[in-house]
Amino acid sequence: MISILTSFISELRQVGIPVSMVEAIDAARAVEHVSLEDRDALRYSLAACLVKNAHHLDAFDAAFDVFFSLQPPVGESLEEAIPVAAATSSETGGADLHEIMAGLMDALTQPDYDSMRVIARRLVGLLAGIQPGRPVGGRYYLYRVLGRLGAEGLADRLVAQHPEAVGLDQTLLGDEYRNRVGDFELMLQDEIRRRLVEDRGKEAVARTTRSQLLEDIDLARAPRAEIARMEQVIQPLARKLAARLAHRRRHLRKGRLDIRRTVRRSLSTGGLLADPQFRAPRISKPDIVLLCDISGSVATFGYFTMQLMYAMSTQFSRVRAFAFVDGVEEVTGFFTPGVDFHDAIVRLGREADVVHFDGHSDYGNALEQFLERYPAAITPRTTVIVTGDGRSNYRPARGELLAEMSRAARAVYWLNPEPRRFWNTGDSVMGEFAPSCNGTHEVRTLRQLESFVEGLALAATTHRTAIKV
Amino acid sequence: MNEFASPVEVAEALKRVHYLPNDRISQVVYLAERLDKPVLVEGPAGVGKTELAKALAEIYGRRLIRLQCYEGLDESKALYEWNYRKQLLRLQSDEAADWSTIEDDIFGESFLLERPLLEALRSAKPVVLLIDEVDRVEIETEALLLEVLADFQASIPELGTVRAVSHPLVILTSNNTRDLSDALKRRCLFLHIGYPDVDREREILLTRVPELPQQLAQQVAGVVRHIRGLALRKAPSVSESIDWARTLLALGIDEVNEGVTTDTLHVLLKYQTDIDKAAVDLAGS
Repeated sequence: MISILTSFISELRQVGIPVSMVEAIDAARAVEHVSLEDRDALRYSLAACLVKNAHHLDAFDAAFDVFFSLQPPVGESLEEAIPVAAATSSETGGADLHEIMAGLMDALTQPDYDSMRVIARRLVGLLAGIQPGRPVGGRYYLYRVLGRLGAEGLADRLVAQHPEAVGLDQTLLGDEYRNRVGDFELMLQDEIRRRLVEDRGKEAVARTTRSQLLEDIDLARAPRAEIARMEQVIQPLARKLAARLAHRRRHLRKGRLDIRRTVRRSLSTGGLLADPQFRAPRISKPDIVLLCDISGSVATFGYFTMQLMYAMSTQFSRVRAFAFVDGVEEVTGFFTPGVDFHDAIVRLGREADVVHFDGHSDYGNALEQFLERYPAAITPRTTVIVTGDGRSNYRPARGELLAEMSRAARAVYWLNPEPRRFWNTGDSVMGEFAPSCNGTHEVRTLRQLESFVEGLALAATTHRTAIKV
Repeated sequence: MNEFASPVEVAEALKRVHYLPNDRISQVVYLAERLDKPVLVEGPAGVGKTELAKALAEIYGRRLIRLQCYEGLDESKALYEWNYRKQLLRLQSDEAADWSTIEDDIFGESFLLERPLLEALRSAKPVVLLIDEVDRVEIETEALLLEVLADFQASIPELGTVRAVSHPLVILTSNNTRDLSDALKRRCLFLHIGYPDVDREREILLTRVPELPQQLAQQVAGVVRHIRGLALRKAPSVSESIDWARTLLALGIDEVNEGVTTDTLHVLLKYQTDIDKAAVDLAGS
């Protein structure tokens, strides 16, 4: 057990979950108090000892499922779950699937979780076609099983069994069935994982199924589901950031001596100025102008930056947002307080006139239009943040325009979602922009974005313009 | 002290005092008792974090000592304070006395004001110590808790080290408004309580609102799950779904439909944008 535990813990560290020595020892002590047959008890106990951040629980579960996967079923057969006729006709292929499907629908309707589990095992055996040694993750086989089973719209078909349910009842029934189908997919995944581990061993499977921590996911390449999850953490992240900033500010140098309060305070010490009082320091919050490239691949990143900046808007005196592709338009109006961010993005995509010519980024044209149409946007109090990959599709970059902005503004920062080593390769023109920026930053993950915004808000209070990321 | 032989027994005991735990909760509580470690409970507001501590005090038959955290909480509010008015009186009442006797005297037991942490440590019978909303104190103040949590002791310069007479069961709660320090987290078991699933929520409703019909409880739990599934600024918590069930009862409604739900959404949701969004969603169903 100890050896499984140590390799499990080193897997957690690989994923990025910090596990200290003390916590590892706790886990080892905890295992003594858990019956090892009870997988969930073990899962909860280890999680309590090893994971101290709720956002890390998903990654923990993924690793746990691999390292403590199901034992092979003993003495269970399909006959228990579905009619005997189906089991005996297993050679007939297609007909067999129909029977299993009927059995599955039955089990899902009841719901009968034991039968669902047996059917999941059977289906993986029949349909996944797991090839020994092939280094793919479990998802690949899951989609294969679901695809071959014809399981799309399963929840809707189940709802259709109840024509009497209409309106709200129908919605609720749909929720319930989607939940059950979700549970069934988890069972399929469990079984697939078990077979993969049998085939390739725990460590190898862990490497291919490893799930990244939310804050380390590459924004430009994240799948939709991950993006949705990341959006949910933006608000709490902004709140925490604001709390941290408020804390840091309190401990920064104090303001000027407040003579009136000091003298008044001295009355209690018989006129002795024993307890000097200071004014609260004046916090100069910067004006922010966001210039976000929202063409194709970098759009997600631009939206994330806008979302975080708006969530943090109490930390700044004003935030104005401009979106560009090869044209530019102010989009501040889309983000009035209380508006759902998602709706705003959809409207922005539909209504903002940011495409001037062909819908490929053209930094030169966008900058020129910006200076022409919004000459008053940049003042000496303004901090300009440009987001984009700096790939101008071989059109003139017009670095001198950014230099002009830089002279007028307090500071210019460039956030680039590409790894720094790809800058200035191909059509990337970062080299032309970099000299006019107070800082260029590679920002590919939420963690980097968070650290940039924190630096920005803090730099404002300490009157610095260099930000460490 | 009552010891429980298994997590199942913990769960049953909690149910007897009308707290419905899920498997994770009872497992972690059981483990905390076995390993003698504090539990850090985290989760959205209104899922029963504080209730858990109260229920634990009840099942173990212990007194609950609560330290409510807030910004600016310090040693003199959390641990101990010298009763300096009384000390002054003592000094003035006996000006002729020798200084060393006075010094021994004024830093003695009778001049010490116990605050929750010290009270928990010095209690002859074991207690449940609830440190509520620990994320509200500053990071510096967290350090104050570390000694208590790890070694069940506190240092008072004038008295020396006070060791716990009996080990308290410590529950810390956090709404996660800021990251707690690693040092604090390391010393605790971590328990995340999320929103309950439909079955557990229905049972919670039936326990908390006993006069609620079974069928209505099922519907309330279903609707609340649906609404939590929408992307809202503030999802309804368990306490809000209990409020909603009570509202429905008070209005004499025995079946939930779109109209009823839309009319009473303001009980569940606290932002106008959320209410509008949920209303649109329900109308479309």
